[in-house]
Amino acid sequence: MEHIPLNFPFLAAALLVGISFYIIIFKKNLIKLIMGIAMMASGVNLFLVALGYRAGGNAPIYTDVPEGPMVLPVPQALTLTSIVINVAVLALMLTIVIRIYRHTGSLDSEKSRKLKG
Amino acid sequence: MLSKIVRTVANQLILFILIFGLYVIAHGQITPGGGFQGGAVIVSGVVMLLVAFSSKELKKSLRERVLSIMESTGALIFIILAFVGIGTAFFYNLLVGTPIFGHIPPIGPNPGDIWTGGVVPLMNLAVGIKVVAGLSAVVLALALFSSGEEVEE
Amino acid sequence: MRQVTGLIALIVLVAFLVWGVLPPTMRDFGYPPSDMDDYIIENAQEQTGNNNVVASVVFDYRGFDTLGEATILFTAVTGVLLLLRASKRRKESS
Repeated sequence: MEHIPLNFPFLAAALLVGISFYIIIFKKNLIKLIMGIAMMASGVNLFLVALGYRAGGNAPIYTDVPEGPMVLPVPQALTLTSIVINVAVLALMLTIVIRIYRHTGSLDSEKSRKLKG
Repeated sequence: MLSKIVRTVANQLILFILIFGLYVIAHGQITPGGGFQGGAVIVSGVVMLLVAFSSKELKKSLRERVLSIMESTGALIFIILAFVGIGTAFFYNLLVGTPIFGHIPPIGPNPGDIWTGGVVPLMNLAVGIKVVAGLSAVVLALALFSSGEEVEE
Repeated sequence: MRQVTGLIALIVLVAFLVWGVLPPTMRDFGYPPSDMDDYIIENAQEQTGNNNVVASVVFDYRGFDTLGEATILFTAVTGVLLLLRASKRRKESS
């Protein structure tokens, strides 16, 4: 049996989430913050799909499948739901940023902090 | 609005993209695919039309009232199909064994048969209509808002 | 002051994530425990009549999650179309 050293796909997903942590803590532009949130969503989806892999497996579809074990189907179904929810929330965030830009005139997150009446 | 060559090519290409998207939606029980994936393919074709023609031209063809009725119909058909087998459980697959979409495939690897699946192909169609109408309305509203201050009704 | 606190928090979070993913804490890549999925792969063809096991999991075994996701998509589209209306009332005469 082959073992991949250091669990490389899980490490790639953890590094993606770590880089997006850096973007969210240190950057002030609103568009860069939205890009960081989208990158974190991609990292979580990659981790969820990589959890259900069986060594030497095939796709879980019975039409003309070759011999061998099958990959687990339930994490793939949950990732499908997660991708659609991320698209919907991203569209709503971009609309709110358009409205903030029309109202205050700048894309800085420090300037739109006061709650004026 | 881009030049005449781009507009002519976009008019020819939208037919193939529409047919490929409907193929991915309709064969959801044999090949990888289904409602959400096929809806995303058709929405990318609508975005290509939006780039080739300007958004003011496209607003005359895709009226907002038609898109709203399509999206509500898709959601309503999905909920009605969930309530069909309420005698046993919620979301029960009632149509396995009946002549409508009811063949049972042989166990193990086999070439696919389209008349299988029960309630699942009808649910694929409902979700596909819902995704197409919803996402193309969002894209059209974003393009109209940033180009001119038109009242959208 | 904000830079130093942010740097310490970032180092702690990334170290915790990387420690949780390396071999002695996390199991090996490619050998998952699978009791529920073995039952689903065995019995999906005679109970639902589908060739596609992922589609029958999304719409039949776990259809309630798909209902919630359709509701979220509908709510997000309504929210976007609500926020992007140009204001019709141009004359403020009151």
